[in-house]
Amino acid sequence: MKVTLPLTDEIISKLKTGDEVFLTGTLYSARDQAHQRLFKLLEEGKDLPIDLKGETVFYMGPAPTPDGKIIGSCGPTTAYRMDPFTPLLLDYGLKGMIGKGARAQEVSDAIVRNRGIYFYAYGGCGALYAEKIKKNELVAFEDLGPEAIYKLEVEDFPVVVAIDSTGENIYG
Amino acid sequence: MKNIIDKRDIYTALKAGIKETGVRLPEDVKKALKNAIEVETGPAEKVLRHISLNLETADRENMPMCQDTGMIVAFVEMGNDVEIKDAFIDDVINDAIKDSYEEAFFRKSVVADPLNGRKNTGNNLPAVIHHELTKGPDLKISLMLKGFGSENCSRLAMLKPTAGREEVINTIAEIVTSAGGSPCPPSILGIGIGGTMDYAAKLSKKALLRELDDINPDPYYAELERDIYKRVNELGIGGGGLGGAITTLGVKVEKFATHIAGLPVAVSVNCWADRKTIVEFKGDIK
Repeated sequence: MKVTLPLTDEIISKLKTGDEVFLTGTLYSARDQAHQRLFKLLEEGKDLPIDLKGETVFYMGPAPTPDGKIIGSCGPTTAYRMDPFTPLLLDYGLKGMIGKGARAQEVSDAIVRNRGIYFYAYGGCGALYAEKIKKNELVAFEDLGPEAIYKLEVEDFPVVVAIDSTGENIYG
Repeated sequence: MKNIIDKRDIYTALKAGIKETGVRLPEDVKKALKNAIEVETGPAEKVLRHISLNLETADRENMPMCQDTGMIVAFVEMGNDVEIKDAFIDDVINDAIKDSYEEAFFRKSVVADPLNGRKNTGNNLPAVIHHELTKGPDLKISLMLKGFGSENCSRLAMLKPTAGREEVINTIAEIVTSAGGSPCPPSILGIGIGGTMDYAAKLSKKALLRELDDINPDPYYAELERDIYKRVNELGIGGGGLGGAITTLGVKVEKFATHIAGLPVAVSVNCWADRKTIVEFKGDIK
């Protein structure tokens, strides 16, 4: 099924665990270090460098961009490392997450509480995902290098619903 | 007779090997993935088809198959009759790593200090290099690009000496179960049994460097490898952890003598992107 980002409550309610989805629109990359910083800012009641309300994050840190390309290899990283930071981000207003591997119960609970969604992206498929990204712009935490936040325009970006808004979990 | 090797030959061969394996999988792994696609149905088949498409894309675009181009783990087996002209072996290896990562647009993923600052070294150095002195004129350098999604799932168990074969298999199955979809299955398992805690861990990495269709020369361990393979694939984790019949593409066991009081078992988990290269310089035995 094709889905246009940003995700709305209506779209999210239609997406069920196991559905194969092709995303088109804006994603933000963020992995370990960016998550720690975003979490700290929220805890201190400060503004985030970018508005992530209603947005979807992609747990990813790209390889360097070869000449003439938009982005380097850029597949998903393992999601559980973001678990300690995720419930607060969802409570703040984040809607979607893209990564690989199972999540903590607290994350699943926060997904249900906030009508969010967690997508599985094909692990290790960095070359394939690079072809789905049409625009790539650095938007925050430049000092983190590949761990910075990039704003990505994607087209037909293949994912599978791993935890839907009812808490149904593909990993059992 | 001394085998005198020019450092440029080592550098060139290693660099070519690293750049190639970051983009294109070794034949044994490609074959195992192809066999897995034929077995799987359902969600895992979809995962494997995307992996196959990804490998085609990486090949065509000459870009790394996975953004995590790993930390390098190298084994140097160096004969006492080997001489590398005007160079120290580790310097040659490090130069080859640094230049290949830069030239091939691989991600530099190494931080200088694990705790204090975690600043990226910017050149993917240092590598983890194990040295083994051997007799004779041969030099063999085997290395892997070790991704950390899978490395984080590697574990060590110090079992009781009376634990026995079944408990070893159960322990490995538990480790793979708790890893679930995180290490990008179908994975490859390198298992080190015996020695001390550190040596078992080292053997588990060495096991990962064996070809997937290689059969253990020791019949007892060849059978153990088959039994672990069977048991792990019965877990149903499958490609990407979405459920399926192929959770592992290969199980390799290396063993060593151990103490009467212990049975160390180390499991190094590798993702399907099992990137490795071996460079050999054989000398004249006469």
